[in-house]
Amino acid sequence: MSDESALLREPWLDFGRQREAGKFGIWVFLASETLFFGALILTYTVCRIEHPDAFTAAGRETNIWYGTINTAVLLTSSLTMAMASQASEASARLRRLVLVCLMLTAMLGLAFIVIKGFEYKEDIDKQLVPGAGFALSQPGAQLFYGFYWLVTGVHAIHLSIGIALVSRLFWVLLRRQLPAKDNPEIEVTALYWHLVDIVWIFLYPLIYLPGRAS
Amino acid sequence: MTDALLAGELPLPPRPDYLRHGATISSWLATTDHKRIAILYAITITFFFFMGGAAITAVRLELFQPNGWLLTSDTYNKLFSFHGIIMVWFFLVPSIPNTFGNFLLPLMIGAPDVAFPRLNLFSWYLTVAAGAFTVYALVAGGVDTGWTFYTPYSSMFSNTHVFAAAAGVFVVGFASIATGVNFITTTHMLRAPGMTWFRLPLFVWAIYATSLIMVLATPVLAISLLLVIAERVLGLPIFDPARGGDPILFQHLFWFYSHPAVYIMVLPAMGVVSEIIPCFARRRIFGYDFMVYAMLAIAGVGFFVWGHHMFVSGQSALASLVFSFLSFIIAVPSAIKVFNWTASLYRGQISFESPMLYALGFVGLFTTGGLSGLFLASIPVDIHVTDTYFVVAHFHYIMVGGSVSAFFAGLHFWWPKVTGKLYPESWAKFAAILMYAGFNMTFLPQFFAGYLGMPRRYHTYPAEFQIYNVMSSAGAAVLAIAYLLPLGYLTWSLFYGGKAAKNPWGATGLEWTTGSPPPPKNFDRQPRVDRGPYAYHAEGMSAGTDPPEMQNARETR
Repeated sequence: MSDESALLREPWLDFGRQREAGKFGIWVFLASETLFFGALILTYTVCRIEHPDAFTAAGRETNIWYGTINTAVLLTSSLTMAMASQASEASARLRRLVLVCLMLTAMLGLAFIVIKGFEYKEDIDKQLVPGAGFALSQPGAQLFYGFYWLVTGVHAIHLSIGIALVSRLFWVLLRRQLPAKDNPEIEVTALYWHLVDIVWIFLYPLIYLPGRAS
Repeated sequence: MTDALLAGELPLPPRPDYLRHGATISSWLATTDHKRIAILYAITITFFFFMGGAAITAVRLELFQPNGWLLTSDTYNKLFSFHGIIMVWFFLVPSIPNTFGNFLLPLMIGAPDVAFPRLNLFSWYLTVAAGAFTVYALVAGGVDTGWTFYTPYSSMFSNTHVFAAAAGVFVVGFASIATGVNFITTTHMLRAPGMTWFRLPLFVWAIYATSLIMVLATPVLAISLLLVIAERVLGLPIFDPARGGDPILFQHLFWFYSHPAVYIMVLPAMGVVSEIIPCFARRRIFGYDFMVYAMLAIAGVGFFVWGHHMFVSGQSALASLVFSFLSFIIAVPSAIKVFNWTASLYRGQISFESPMLYALGFVGLFTTGGLSGLFLASIPVDIHVTDTYFVVAHFHYIMVGGSVSAFFAGLHFWWPKVTGKLYPESWAKFAAILMYAGFNMTFLPQFFAGYLGMPRRYHTYPAEFQIYNVMSSAGAAVLAIAYLLPLGYLTWSLFYGGKAAKNPWGATGLEWTTGSPPPPKNFDRQPRVDRGPYAYHAEGMSAGTDPPEMQNARETR
């Protein structure tokens, strides 16, 4: 009971209700995020329908190794995040597991960004930045890379926010400022983390697979 | 539904109300009380309202003469763009939801606060930061794209401060989303015992429907502006036709937000009017269920009509046909609402206090705006009047005649509750009538000028249109006085106004059962609800003039 009273916030009188509201609120926010990335993917779709050949040619220039490794890294981070969330609900004795999983999640997220940085470096070297001196000549290939830079950038910002949230949570729990058992912030952060992960699952085929089959 | 003591309960000691609960600056700037945040918003949007108003005053002065006697074309373009950007995103979108919505939503559902009080405060700070960006754009030299930021002009050609203005709108979008998430969660999770969905006041339903649109449409606006910014700053080619990009795509993304945004602006106004008309007609609202369904239908169908802004953009004839059809369809729920407000007056005991004058003004002006919207939904007429003053008149009838009238209606209706003070009623009535007259003088001539072919957004025009523009500018002067008057007498009432009772209008609704102004946590005891809203008279009877307590007694007899 003391755990619950430490976690209870204004204006709630009942901890269960507060927890439910936190989950509900983040789901509403995720619906909003879906439209955010949905609009970007719509933009991609429109451009791809207008320039199918340029998009397959441009897709072949991406480095599928970086993309695939990053997909694996991010999916693993979702696993550790889910474990942290489940462990916090299961038992107060699993506090150490919660902490380890949160740390792993943040580190995997960071690893994703570092790998992405190497990939960006390679793209810049290959002159795949839209503008003067762009490497590909097909009209429309610049559109693919316009989308590529924008959407991976926006995704990386989302992931960085996620890393900051998870790291903060780790720190607060480590210093025992808040109990880990049933802490609603863990599940709310986890839901956000999974969204960032799911968005990547959509981006991976859009960015790395065009032009690979033929 | 009362605050009355139960048997054996002792009265609580009096507590300071929310305004006197703390007097330091930080007790305001770091507050999480939804009522104080509402006040912060009210001050902010009042500031923006008069800024946007000042910009358009210069424009209307310019249009007195056909030959461009006052401003250069560049200044003119910057002024009307600033007016549009400020009025849409920094006044109309946050106006009713973030002031009255913030203040009243928890009170009306019997909650101590919104679901996420700190997020609520954060949203206000975002609004202020966004406003700073946009005002910076003006101070630094202005932006001349119009409020619509159409590409490729905004992305490739304009050499004004598009980045700062677009960044401001981008950031204020996040404030909208945060508020929307907060209100939806509050409505779902914090209703008092007995406050079922179909006992919610219509204002709560309106705020709920508005929040749904805010959450689902605003991210698309964010993307469309992000793409413009990316093109200007990073040189990405998405809207650049020379590199295969598609400038029309911007219009689709932009209007996917901006048409639903019309309903963000007008649904809360409908909610306000639905509270006021029953109160001053002493009648139950006619067709409560259909009022709810109509609002949800407007919120839903509103997402599928954006193409009617693009009849002349070269979209396919089939697309135009479908969008035209859907635009006619959305007039049906709007018409249901107008008929139901009117029917609520039938056999009522109508009195014409100032909130009621504003509310009835809303019904008339909204209907005019809505009917002229049907002209624009019809493709042949729309092609004739596209980008003329007909369109300008149409959306000002909805936005200013509708939303702003309702904002003032709500301001007068809830002023005693918010401040605990009474304002001078005859001044208020005078301002209400003056506003209605000034509004019609300003915008009715624009229908004629537009139908005869006067294009919008030009700072010179053929001399034969001068008569309409002189009428319009003269009306704007009247309208300006009507807007300044409440600023005067409402401020006066803060210092010298009489003390307001709990329920000065004899209205139903939980917000009237607590003190004026309410205490910090809204209610001394958890309210319990055992009836629907608007119980102004017994079911199946006609309106009575007794105070509600008496009628409650009559109902239970």
